[in-house]
Amino acid sequence: MSEPRQQPGTGQPDLEERGAARTRKRALKRLQSLLPEHCLLTRPAALKPYETDGLTAIRERPWVVALPETEAMLAGVIQICREEGIAVVPRGAGTGLSGGARPLADGVLLGLSKLDRILEIDLSNRAARVQPGVRNLAISEAVAEHGLYYAPDPSSQIACSIGGNVAENSGGVHCLKYGLTVHNILGLTVLTFAGDRLEIGGPGNDPECLDLLALYCGSEGLLGVVTEVWVRLLPVPPERRVLLGAFPAVAGAADAVAAIIRSGLVPAGLEMMDRLAVQAAEAFVHAGYPSDAEAVLLCELDGVAEEVAADARLVERVFRDFGASAVQTAETTEEQARLWLGRKAAFPAVGRLAPDYYCMDGTIPRARLAEVLARVSVLSERYGLAVANVFHAGDGNLHPLILYDANRPGELEQAEAFGAEILDLCVAVGGTVTGEHGVGVEKLGPMCGQFSEAELNQFFRLKAAFDPRGLLNPGKAIPTLTRCAEVGGMHVHGGRLPFPNLERF
Amino acid sequence: MTDRSDALTEAVQNARTAGQRVLIMGSGSKRFLTRADTDPGDRILSTEEHTGIEDYRKDELVVTVRSGTPLRTLRQVLGREGQMLAFEPPEFQGLGTVGGAVAAGLPGPGRPWRGSVRDSVLGVEMINGYGERLVFGGQVMKNVAGFDVSRLQSGAFGIFGVLLRVSLKVIPVPQTERSCVLALDREAAHQWMIRMSALPVPITAACWLDGQLHVRLSGAEPAVVRAARHVGGEQSADDGFWTALRDQTLPFFRSIGVACRYVPPAAALLDTDELIDWNGARRWTQRSPDQVPAGYRRFGPGYARDRCRDAGGNRAVAEYQHRLKQAFDPDSLFNAELTDADVAA
Repeated sequence: MSEPRQQPGTGQPDLEERGAARTRKRALKRLQSLLPEHCLLTRPAALKPYETDGLTAIRERPWVVALPETEAMLAGVIQICREEGIAVVPRGAGTGLSGGARPLADGVLLGLSKLDRILEIDLSNRAARVQPGVRNLAISEAVAEHGLYYAPDPSSQIACSIGGNVAENSGGVHCLKYGLTVHNILGLTVLTFAGDRLEIGGPGNDPECLDLLALYCGSEGLLGVVTEVWVRLLPVPPERRVLLGAFPAVAGAADAVAAIIRSGLVPAGLEMMDRLAVQAAEAFVHAGYPSDAEAVLLCELDGVAEEVAADARLVERVFRDFGASAVQTAETTEEQARLWLGRKAAFPAVGRLAPDYYCMDGTIPRARLAEVLARVSVLSERYGLAVANVFHAGDGNLHPLILYDANRPGELEQAEAFGAEILDLCVAVGGTVTGEHGVGVEKLGPMCGQFSEAELNQFFRLKAAFDPRGLLNPGKAIPTLTRCAEVGGMHVHGGRLPFPNLERF
Repeated sequence: MTDRSDALTEAVQNARTAGQRVLIMGSGSKRFLTRADTDPGDRILSTEEHTGIEDYRKDELVVTVRSGTPLRTLRQVLGREGQMLAFEPPEFQGLGTVGGAVAAGLPGPGRPWRGSVRDSVLGVEMINGYGERLVFGGQVMKNVAGFDVSRLQSGAFGIFGVLLRVSLKVIPVPQTERSCVLALDREAAHQWMIRMSALPVPITAACWLDGQLHVRLSGAEPAVVRAARHVGGEQSADDGFWTALRDQTLPFFRSIGVACRYVPPAAALLDTDELIDWNGARRWTQRSPDQVPAGYRRFGPGYARDRCRDAGGNRAVAEYQHRLKQAFDPDSLFNAELTDADVAA
């Protein structure tokens, strides 16, 4: 438990602090009588792993970590916190990249990892009911014997949990064809901070209420804690093929992406890596990528055999039409794994190039890819910081990785300023500041540029409809107006049409 | 092509000042789902003149449309470029606007495969009950900035505000499409649907009615041809059945009245002459308004209110829906007949 802060000179805060300390002491007692010992962490060493999520630059030691094993325990934790006025931060597997599960020094970190049971597999309705702590990949593994799988596959799928996926509306490599989490869940059970248990949807297709299901997706744990999820299961496609195209120019690769989408074909995945990312990946895992290419495109096709074969011919033609110097096609599982290896290893590979990197997550209209990448490279020179681009090209979802060295004074700040400029650029061309990583605490500043005061106020009223006291994951996802004034956020969104004028960059 | 955004905003602000409630309406084609008759005292806020396709980027598979634009117009424009709306919204009586299609959230026969209306909604601009114009979402598929207010508008029948423009994801028209009709009894047809749903077959619609199982196959030609051989039955490129099912012009719907229930696709069949739609997930029955069986919702007056106010009878959810309404429209300016206790259905 953290020490009460001394506030010499001012009697009042000291009193408040002592009151808060008393409250926490009482709450701790209640939590201890509710939860078995192994479900409540209070010692500094035990709290340490929970100081951060996937956004490791930001750390805070939580007051306590509660790890309920049953929904009843979870409801009990929420009740105690509600009655004692203590903030709660829900946490899935802690793989989030925007600090959405960043703990509070005086709040309870509510870990859902022990709620990890698959409750029901309903084969005839192709659905499964799972607890929030079930790992994403565990669902597909559990139903593989039936020829089914759960489609969204965020790159952290081996570790990330379905509850966290709902909170972030996670995507992945295959969401171009199969959609995001919101498109692949059928129902939710949610516990609100007021203690109400909301059952929304189920294995049928349409809930007979307003679309709270979609609202909960991507709400970053601000509106309630997910206790059960109905996921949709899909038949595993019988045929899969991966094509790699090596391009002498980034613009050619970007235009090829637009041409593939325009052709009416919907690939399962369409990914791009630029020269720096390709070279890093090659040096790391030797996937056999042509390392002289300025850009590499990876296109995965799936479906029935005839369709895949026809689509593969089309993709190869488009690659060549837009100047690909080499095209590789992988038909066997092993070859495909090799082609994907470079992409999957790209982040750690880039991590070897510099002591630190800062991963961005903006989405832009596909047609602006070439232009935005060119801008990013101009900015890269101006800031003197290298950028590797590895991203979901088919969705226009960019992940520029800004390389820096945190030990060099000022370089982190430079990287952040560079990142902010990239996000402003995304918004200016008609995109968004976060495609799949969420706002968390990391994107609060850029949110000020995307939304107006009236829009932010609407978000706050919406939040208050579910949690009037603002005790559930406070300070995340939506920036306060004060904060926007401080960062000097400029609302660049304005109207519906993207700003044609990019001169300010 | 007229942009009436300013006039609509002003109308909302005036109504707010005057404490006058308004009824948002497009073409009025789905009015039968809200109320039996329009109260002469209702002040209609019509989006019908607010028309035009503002931005159509076929390479991006996205279109941004003013809410009063007729669905028919949008369909024609998309069709010329070989694209379509994935959710196949109905045109009742041949009418319907884009705003109405989103607000009503009624997807067509392809629902289980191509998604619901909200699955295609990428962004909206709307006027809330404060008379403010707000933009949520955007024109890109992947977007998790802020709460998903745009998808919430789908199926909300306008209770949160006036939709000014919506950005929708579009999909390519399938290269080939084939309709197959098999003579099967209801039980066998239902079992067929359950069996096929676990297999990778390019089905995009399946419906049973009057001793016949109708199946639609869509996709690349070789795949459709192979699947069609597998499915069998009487086959045609387009027998008009799917449009008639979508727009409810089949004789089945022109009866004493219809009611539907939304169920897990494999849910047991009830002992009635149900029409099975959505591969089993939606069942229709012919009933007069005063004889709707338990578990069904009359597809007529009260349908929208049941969803917007009562959350289909789920009281806990209904309470939060009420609070959400307050968050957007505290004075209950919009479509009060769907949410307020003091307005009769």
